Amino acid sequence: MEARKFIVESSPHFFSANYKYKLMGLVVIALLPAAILGVYNFGVHALLIIIVSTSVAILTEAFFNKLKKKPSAVEQGSAVVTGLLLGMILPPTLPLWVPAIGSFVAIAIAKHAFGGAGMTIFNPALVGRAFLVASFPALMAAYILDGITSATPLQMLKLNGYQSAVSHFGSNMLAYKSMFLGNIAGSIGETSALALLIGGLFLIFLKVIDWKIPTIYIGTVFVLTAIFGQDPIYHILGGGLFIGAFFMATAYEGMPITKSGRIYFALGLGILTTVIRLFGGYPEGVNFSILIMNAAAPLIERLTIKKPFGYIKNKEKKK
Amino acid sequence: MTFKGGIHPKYNKITADKKIEKANLPKKIILPLSQHVGAPCEPIVNIGDYVKTGQKIAETQAFVSAPIHSSISGTVSSIENLPHPITGKPVNSVIIESDEKDEKIEMQKREYENLPADELKSIIKDFGIVGLGGAAFPTHVKLSPPQEKPIDTLIINGAECEPFLTTDHRLMLERTDDLIAGIRIIRKVLGVKSVFIGIEDNKHDAIKILKEKTIGQNIKVIPLHTKYPQGGEKTLIYAITKRKVPAGGLPMDIGCVVQNIGTAIAVYEAVALSKPLYERVITITGKVNNPKNLLVRNGAIIKDLIEQAGSYKGEPKKIIMGGPMMGFALPADDLPIIKGTSGLTIFNKDDIDEKRSTIECIRCGKCIQDCPMQLNPSLIAKYAENERIDLAENMYAMDCFECGCCAFNCPTHIPLVHWIRYAKSQILKNRAKAKDKK
Repeated sequence: MEARKFIVESSPHFFSANYKYKLMGLVVIALLPAAILGVYNFGVHALLIIIVSTSVAILTEAFFNKLKKKPSAVEQGSAVVTGLLLGMILPPTLPLWVPAIGSFVAIAIAKHAFGGAGMTIFNPALVGRAFLVASFPALMAAYILDGITSATPLQMLKLNGYQSAVSHFGSNMLAYKSMFLGNIAGSIGETSALALLIGGLFLIFLKVIDWKIPTIYIGTVFVLTAIFGQDPIYHILGGGLFIGAFFMATAYEGMPITKSGRIYFALGLGILTTVIRLFGGYPEGVNFSILIMNAAAPLIERLTIKKPFGYIKNKEKKK
Repeated sequence: MTFKGGIHPKYNKITADKKIEKANLPKKIILPLSQHVGAPCEPIVNIGDYVKTGQKIAETQAFVSAPIHSSISGTVSSIENLPHPITGKPVNSVIIESDEKDEKIEMQKREYENLPADELKSIIKDFGIVGLGGAAFPTHVKLSPPQEKPIDTLIINGAECEPFLTTDHRLMLERTDDLIAGIRIIRKVLGVKSVFIGIEDNKHDAIKILKEKTIGQNIKVIPLHTKYPQGGEKTLIYAITKRKVPAGGLPMDIGCVVQNIGTAIAVYEAVALSKPLYERVITITGKVNNPKNLLVRNGAIIKDLIEQAGSYKGEPKKIIMGGPMMGFALPADDLPIIKGTSGLTIFNKDDIDEKRSTIECIRCGKCIQDCPMQLNPSLIAKYAENERIDLAENMYAMDCFECGCCAFNCPTHIPLVHWIRYAKSQILKNRAKAKDKK
């Protein structure tokens, strides 16, 4: 019998089925309830926006992969997530060239200019949106409800104050109900807290994301707005907090990698979002607070690296 | 009872119900003279010599080492450099051809109850006992802590957290009395009061029988949460005593000694029956037609053992000495097993994902969550890959014990353990260099 050839490699030889591609697929599935509801609420144009942003993201990704001579099917998958997310955080009235620009900026600048997969500091979808907010402020603030121009709950709050905003819905309970089910003006995928909660819990259940980050983020906003005498439920339901907390704050690449660092990160998000909403010029603060905390993430990470198991602080003890 | 971090791999303990069988007498054995942690042995036999089963064939004066005994009777046919099964480096080896008579040296039963600890220790050393869990650390060394480090706790490791392997499980069931006798000898040598046997709670039959048989003997059986790497020395001590072995330190620094199930039985056999360590139980598992637990002679050739387990199922792709998490992939099947071999896990193409390829780290943090040593595997690997060994050392690369939890769950398939191992070897090289300069 001739000698057999065996594979020799470093242990372990046994792996879980965990794979980036699979994780991306799960995130897309988790986003679907909110996306479908958004399309149902805002009509065909919303669907077109999502399709444009997603396909431009995929094409841009393919272009850069070709440029770098690194064909990667996996990265195409991660571009789907970026494009879909971006589409879902845009107003449903945009002309279709706007999401195309946003998507291109997201992939080309926020992702590939920083070095591509694994190197992105800022959440690409949010960079895309921030770029659009800065470039086309009027278009990016034009929200509708049932086909009529309408303000988002947070815009109403900023412009007219709490009483007027609630009276628009009838009562505060009715306001909560509308916001929970998604019957409000807002970005395509952010309106229904319920749909986002379903997707978020799905990801938490499958351990794709850590429950602590959305919980601490939303919890901090809740507590701080309550302390400042605002209606905390109105604040956590009306706006982009749920989609931000479940799907963007939890994006791996913008977070500190350490366990405790992630808790500080989520805490910082909650504080910044509240500050921007209550004291800043914008009605909504999720987008910018995540980008700011993205920038702070490497520092938090460095400060929160754990000492190993059994580490002794003062060397004298050892002797 | 558990520790922080860790993973839940599929356990695949397919041989858990298979009684230990005696393997056929090998026709030829190869005994590498370095099968333990510490100094290699020097042969004390010559080519052409006749040796009996159990006869000492190599020894050394070094303290951290253990003598090696022939596992068959026959003639020494060669003493030459052969590749070590694990490291692959050439190591002086004694080859013995069997006369198929299995003529044993005289093994007398010994009244050991009244022997002093020092004498017990020298018996354990003389009969070549090493840790049978995998690392093969000479047992007498572990049982000789320096005086300034008093030992108060003995832990017997019956966790067997490594997937596929079932040798300790079967030994606990089939050799319960010998095991307890061995534990009592070790306890006497160390002079400790509290003795724990840690067993993962997926082996409830072993927990039950040991609990019954240790009543009134001051030995506590501790069911442990089934989680890998529960049987790691540091994780096991923490799970049972909540003491932490200091980084870079040893269990004896916190008053603990850990011994494996098989080792305790080997200690009993050496002390009570004067039997040197020349055979042990291994699990032959994975893709063989008849996976089983076999009592095999030290130095037996892997290929012959696999034939006794019904031969390969399908075309074998990987032969792992040990289990799939921490075992070593072997380059060939004509290598011998050694004292530290706890099993042979065979993988064929169904177990190997050929499309598996590494992509960039996505910083998911899974490796950090799973690391039982609270390290940052992705960062250490990145530093090692970029030859920043200094940074890897600052990130406590040396505290890794290579359990493989990080690589197991990595969604980007980075060979994290491989890189950390590389960093560790470079750090050791640098430290040796620095020492030389001084």
